[in-house]
Amino acid sequence: MEAKEIHEILIQHLPGCVREFRTTTADPFWVVESERIREVAAFLKDHPALQFDMLQAVTGVDRGECFEAVYHLTSLRFGHSVTLKAVLSHEAPSIATISDIYPAANWHERETYDLLGIVFTGHPDLRRILLPDDWEGHPLRKDYVAPESYHGISNAPD
Amino acid sequence: MVQSLKTDEILVNMGPQHPSTHGVLRCLLKTDGEWVREVWPYIGYLHRCKEKIAEKVSYIQFMPYTDRLDYLASANNNLGWAMAVERLAAIEVPERAVWLRVLAAELNRIASHLLSYGTFGMEAGAFTPFFYGFRERETIVSIFDQLCGARLTYHYARIGGVMRDLSPETAKAIRRFLDEMDRRWVEYNTLLSDNEIFVRRTANVGIIPADLAIAYGLTGPVLRGSGVAHDIRKAVPYACYPKLDFQVCIGQGLKGTVGDSWDRYWVRMLEIRESVKICRQVLDGLPEGPYQTKVPRILKVPANEAYVRTEAPRGELGFYVISDGTDKPWRCRIRAPSFCNLSILNRIARNCLVADVIMILGSIDVVMGEVDR
Amino acid sequence: MPGTLTDIINFVIQTALALVGLDYARVPEMLRIGAAMLIACAAMLGYVAVVALFFGWAERRVAGRMQARQGPNIVGPFGLLQLIADAVKILVKEDIIPQTAHRFLFRLAPILVFMGAFAPFVVLPFSETLVVSNLSLGVYYALSFAALEVVGVIMAGWASNNKWSLYGGMRLAAQMMSYEIPMGLAVLTVAVLSGHLNLRTIVLDQQGHWIFSWNIFRGFPWAFLGMFAFYLAGLAGSKRTPFDLPEAESEIVAGYHTEYSGMRFVIFYLSEYATMYVVSALTAVLFLGGWHAPIPRVLAWGGEVHWEAGPVLSALIGMANMIGKSFFLMFVMLWFRWTYPRVRVDQIVYLCMKVLVPLGIICLIGASVWALVL
Repeated sequence: MEAKEIHEILIQHLPGCVREFRTTTADPFWVVESERIREVAAFLKDHPALQFDMLQAVTGVDRGECFEAVYHLTSLRFGHSVTLKAVLSHEAPSIATISDIYPAANWHERETYDLLGIVFTGHPDLRRILLPDDWEGHPLRKDYVAPESYHGISNAPD
Repeated sequence: MVQSLKTDEILVNMGPQHPSTHGVLRCLLKTDGEWVREVWPYIGYLHRCKEKIAEKVSYIQFMPYTDRLDYLASANNNLGWAMAVERLAAIEVPERAVWLRVLAAELNRIASHLLSYGTFGMEAGAFTPFFYGFRERETIVSIFDQLCGARLTYHYARIGGVMRDLSPETAKAIRRFLDEMDRRWVEYNTLLSDNEIFVRRTANVGIIPADLAIAYGLTGPVLRGSGVAHDIRKAVPYACYPKLDFQVCIGQGLKGTVGDSWDRYWVRMLEIRESVKICRQVLDGLPEGPYQTKVPRILKVPANEAYVRTEAPRGELGFYVISDGTDKPWRCRIRAPSFCNLSILNRIARNCLVADVIMILGSIDVVMGEVDR
Repeated sequence: MPGTLTDIINFVIQTALALVGLDYARVPEMLRIGAAMLIACAAMLGYVAVVALFFGWAERRVAGRMQARQGPNIVGPFGLLQLIADAVKILVKEDIIPQTAHRFLFRLAPILVFMGAFAPFVVLPFSETLVVSNLSLGVYYALSFAALEVVGVIMAGWASNNKWSLYGGMRLAAQMMSYEIPMGLAVLTVAVLSGHLNLRTIVLDQQGHWIFSWNIFRGFPWAFLGMFAFYLAGLAGSKRTPFDLPEAESEIVAGYHTEYSGMRFVIFYLSEYATMYVVSALTAVLFLGGWHAPIPRVLAWGGEVHWEAGPVLSALIGMANMIGKSFFLMFVMLWFRWTYPRVRVDQIVYLCMKVLVPLGIICLIGASVWALVL
């Protein structure tokens, strides 16, 4: 299914959910209301004509003034894909989890939390996944400054 | 008296240094004697924050870093990154380069699956498959040595083409190897695939039903082992794959249930054969022409974003790249197949034996360089 | 003609003392027996070391041949330098005892294991005359000493204070204990057929014409099946692939010897080869005619019809036969190891309890009927 048709189904069934539909980029994307992400995800998964059954990735992007949570969904049955974006505040980035809708999101959300500090509310096990538990800061943020040392191990380049 | 005996569940750390955790994976096992009640994988021991590195170096400079993601399939990673950047910067790649990249990627897929064959055999307790797998892999590695001068981190695909052209001698060496591989493939099956002990160790162990596999975002041989015929090379054709004739191999539960460890193993074995077929076709149909277009030294990519998917040996390798007009990406997200595939371990490795956990882990076939990035 | 190895040694000592001018008869009885036993045991210990070394080397070579390995077949003539390289490497290794280990038991364990593996050598007959101790309950003795190994291994597993070691120890204990049953049943089959528990007598019993006087064919089909039960059970007892669960490196690191290094590790290693040899030799003795040659006696040296070999020559020929058979069976073990994957812990129990034990019982009953009827 073409992106335009998907867009029509979306605005028809979930009015007010899509804030923006951008087609100027290489891959089109939808900016959705961050409060309604669960609703959108569940709808996309269950709608018989869409059936986005696989979540490929959850990505966090630091835009400077705000954060974005990006979801890549694809349908194995129909072969079409969507990219959803939710804009989050920079001070306290937080969005509801979709790990109960897509179990694949579990680790992706943990990773996004770990590296960008986006909190996924309702996540069953929101811990750091790649970095040690006592690590400070979130490295993928643009304002992140790498620490001088970690547990006495120097971080200075040779 | 029996009731008064105290029994206890023990927590055992399998890894980060353990012979069969494929590097530095750490699994915490809750065991009750030989039974494993639950497994929690802990990752991150090989974390290098590649996504941050990508933001600090230019598009062209990041290419060698992709070698070190799934270090057993560098050529496939190179291909993915090159395609992502070319898509964003709208660079046309000469036809010959496209075919050469596919050749490298498929050879690398064979090498990667051979290694998986060997380690899987070793995890089952059979040593010999490991040496046999490595023997053929060695030939591929030498071919890559001729092709691009490296044996592990190839850096063969470059943005806008490939690094070097294929020489006639190398082409001959590849053909020789492909013929050899056909013979060896039969030998491999005699040694391991049909071995009664091996079948009993793997069939009906770690069954992943198709719906669960999809829900957990599994891709590659792990998904196909569950009977889902999903291959990016067919689903979202890229490079020269539409012009090639090959099959998507799926698990059929030949020795047990669809989606068991043996099926995943068997899908890899079948894919070796398909890749041999693809390599032959590529060598036969290799178009003439240049192998590299001119790409500026400082490649500035206009503001854009794209998610580019390729089929790496372990599944869907996705590069989600956001460019901002400079020569460095604003954000580069690497969707590593092993990362997603590993996330199902806790779900399927429950109430099984210690030996089964090893087989399940082996059949998922993760590479920690890619899981931890 | 002297009866056993001890007698031979006594004879040698006597002659030597006589040359110096001492009367052997005046040496106290205890001292005489003690000295003879000591020398015989030392000889056997040397033999164990040679067997282990030889198979350490042979295993590398066989593996190298079967697996297209480069190293072991090209280091020195016939890969012999590999042996030296291995020895040097292992001897210069640091001997580590983990801090939290139980130091005494940790040290004691390898000794017990080696004792268990070594003790059966004493009753193994190499030829009619070459046997250290001609025990009337030889088979019983050999099997019961295998149990000592279990104690040692559990000790090693527990004293290492490592969970993987404990797993290995427990696995081995379960495995060896349960495989003693089919092993015992298979041995009983032979005992019923020949009516003896003395290994030397069992072999003497198999004297006759060609291979058909061997127990494996004499008690056909019971002893034939019994041999497979015995050999498989022995394979499990010596923890070799496909039954190498106690040291399954891909599952439990190295099992009970995870924490051992250097010489202590070598002792475990030696014990493994010693056990393998004992199993092979016992199979040869019980089922494959021991020191009897597989060729017709008419052609064989020592054939009563044409020509009687001297005691030395027939001892040597018997030894060659015996060692040849044992080595062949050991080679089969190596062959298994480099071909088969490992079975799972439930499968090993299944194989023992549901396949080998019933098979053993059937063999025993069948052989008993055979013994009554024939």
